[in-house]
Amino acid sequence: MEDGLILDSAISQNGKKNKPFVQIRGLTKKFGEITAVDNIDLDIYQGELFCLLGGSGCGKSTLLRMLAGFEFPESGTISIDGIDMSQVPAYERPTNMMFQSYALFPHMTVGENIAFGLQQDKISKTEISDRVNDILKLVELEGYIKRRPQQLSGGQMQRVALARALVKKPKLLLLDEPLAALDKKLRKQTQFELANIQEQVGVTFIVVTHDQEEAMTLSSRMAVMDMGKFKQIGTPTEIYEFPESRFVADFIGSANIFEGKVINSKAGHVTVSTDVGELIVNYGQSVSEGKNIWIGIRPEKIHLSKTITKKLDGNHIKGVVEEIGYLGETSIYKVRLENGQIIDVSAPNQSRPMNQARGITWEDVVYLSWEPESAMLLNS
Amino acid sequence: MYGKRSRFLTIMLTIGMAFFYIPMILLVVYSFNYSKLVPVWGGWSTRWYKVLFESEEVWAAVNISLKIALVNATFATILGMLAALSMVRFGKFRGRTLFGGMLVAPLVMPEVITGLSLLVMFITLKQLFGWPENRGFVTITIAHITFSMAYVAVTIQARLTGMGQSLEEAASDLGAKPFKVLTAITIPRLTPALISGWLLAFTLSLDDLVIASFVSGPGANTLPVLIFSRIRLGLRPDINALATIIILVVAVCIAVAALIMFRQQKRDLLDQKLAEQER
Repeated sequence: MEDGLILDSAISQNGKKNKPFVQIRGLTKKFGEITAVDNIDLDIYQGELFCLLGGSGCGKSTLLRMLAGFEFPESGTISIDGIDMSQVPAYERPTNMMFQSYALFPHMTVGENIAFGLQQDKISKTEISDRVNDILKLVELEGYIKRRPQQLSGGQMQRVALARALVKKPKLLLLDEPLAALDKKLRKQTQFELANIQEQVGVTFIVVTHDQEEAMTLSSRMAVMDMGKFKQIGTPTEIYEFPESRFVADFIGSANIFEGKVINSKAGHVTVSTDVGELIVNYGQSVSEGKNIWIGIRPEKIHLSKTITKKLDGNHIKGVVEEIGYLGETSIYKVRLENGQIIDVSAPNQSRPMNQARGITWEDVVYLSWEPESAMLLNS
Repeated sequence: MYGKRSRFLTIMLTIGMAFFYIPMILLVVYSFNYSKLVPVWGGWSTRWYKVLFESEEVWAAVNISLKIALVNATFATILGMLAALSMVRFGKFRGRTLFGGMLVAPLVMPEVITGLSLLVMFITLKQLFGWPENRGFVTITIAHITFSMAYVAVTIQARLTGMGQSLEEAASDLGAKPFKVLTAITIPRLTPALISGWLLAFTLSLDDLVIASFVSGPGANTLPVLIFSRIRLGLRPDINALATIIILVVAVCIAVAALIMFRQQKRDLLDQKLAEQER
């Protein structure tokens, strides 16, 4: 068990154990009766690419807008680089934002859009034009300086928006669904570009997204949000491999869940009695005996075979293949257990399905097995 | 289905168009009538145009009407924009609902009431402060601003609401102070609505007969007031000539507006093509 993984890896990654760059304490924002952000605390460190992930209406955008200074909290504080931002209006904050629909000024050219922020700071014209040219080079849009936003493709508009937000060299860059308006192929490519640019400029990024894949690829650390609160904060690996609750396990990726009662727990070895039998989990944490608990197991961590491959400590359940979904690179098997529960199992298609002489097909009786280290212990 | 024009549609279109335009065509034709009596055809002539151009009274009225319309349109646009901005962009403030209601009240208020109340106000003001001394240019302009501002405010309010706030937020995020955001982003983005609001206020003022006849004095007649007062004494061929000229001016304005819109559409189409090439 890699115990170290649970530790604050973001801090050790950067080698800086100094104080957080963005410090949020007890932040609450209400819209009438609805509490959009509910008494949250968060620390973000210099140079991080931090993702706020959640469904619509979870409060992630409101939190971002409070960081930018478009909304002001009911209570709580935000400090950036040690300075309290409570009373500072948007135009005086050391932050810049990249808007979801880019919000490029349609009556200005690309160059004028990017220069707009610099012009507010009384910078000399030659310096403005140098900085505009430099940033256009960074986002690979040289030669587009005279174009108007309407004359650009979606991907180009996205890069102009990024350039406009970066050109003022903000201490903190806020990105609201930066890739949502792009088509799927371009989105994947841009994800990596965005992470590269962040590494080059070294600015702290906070990205709001509803797309878990985007959050996983981009972020150094992320927070899963629901109903105005953080469900879990950690690196993508921590959140995927060690979710704390059923909500997080289900929101990030998918998980098969069994409910049960702890009958034995010692040194991280937990035995849980469920209605599919006794299951053993090695999750690196101990739980009090007799407690109700949920066990999660991810579809790709389950091994599927037609015969029992008995190994010590393994978990085995018998079932019948109900359905097979062929996705190309993988196939999803829906397996019905004896208690009626349907379990998802995914397996890579290492050879073509029709070439598999003894492959698994509909109505086959199969045995599901997984290692105790692969299962997850979840709170409600 | 649309390839062959249906007979029914053609007939309905013809009837509709005839309904709109036959009165105007008749007016234009009769303006070239030689006879002094409007309904009696006396052969083609342009004599009434000559009479019209020599009439100082008509030119004075045209002059004052245009002046009032210009001043009114400008002030109504500025005030209407400020009212719309405070309704849409200032969030909730005390009395917002009342203010919103009062803003659109002139749209539904009968013109006679508006005119009468303004007249009473001007008389009271004169008794109290000795101003305005005479009713005329100033009083008509003030009266026009009060009602056309409501139309402008509604036009701009719709545009502001549809525009959303993200461009303004982006500007503020980039360090622009509120006044700079207004001049650099909001007003340029509002330009189409400001132009149409201005034109609306301009035409409303040129059109208005009821309110102007309440608050105008002997010294200053607007064109509609003049036309109406002359018609009361019977149809006159020189008024037909005047009406024909007005129709011509309006037609030219519409043609210019259509041309501008056509060119804008062409530009948008070109932009779109350019953007598609970039994929």
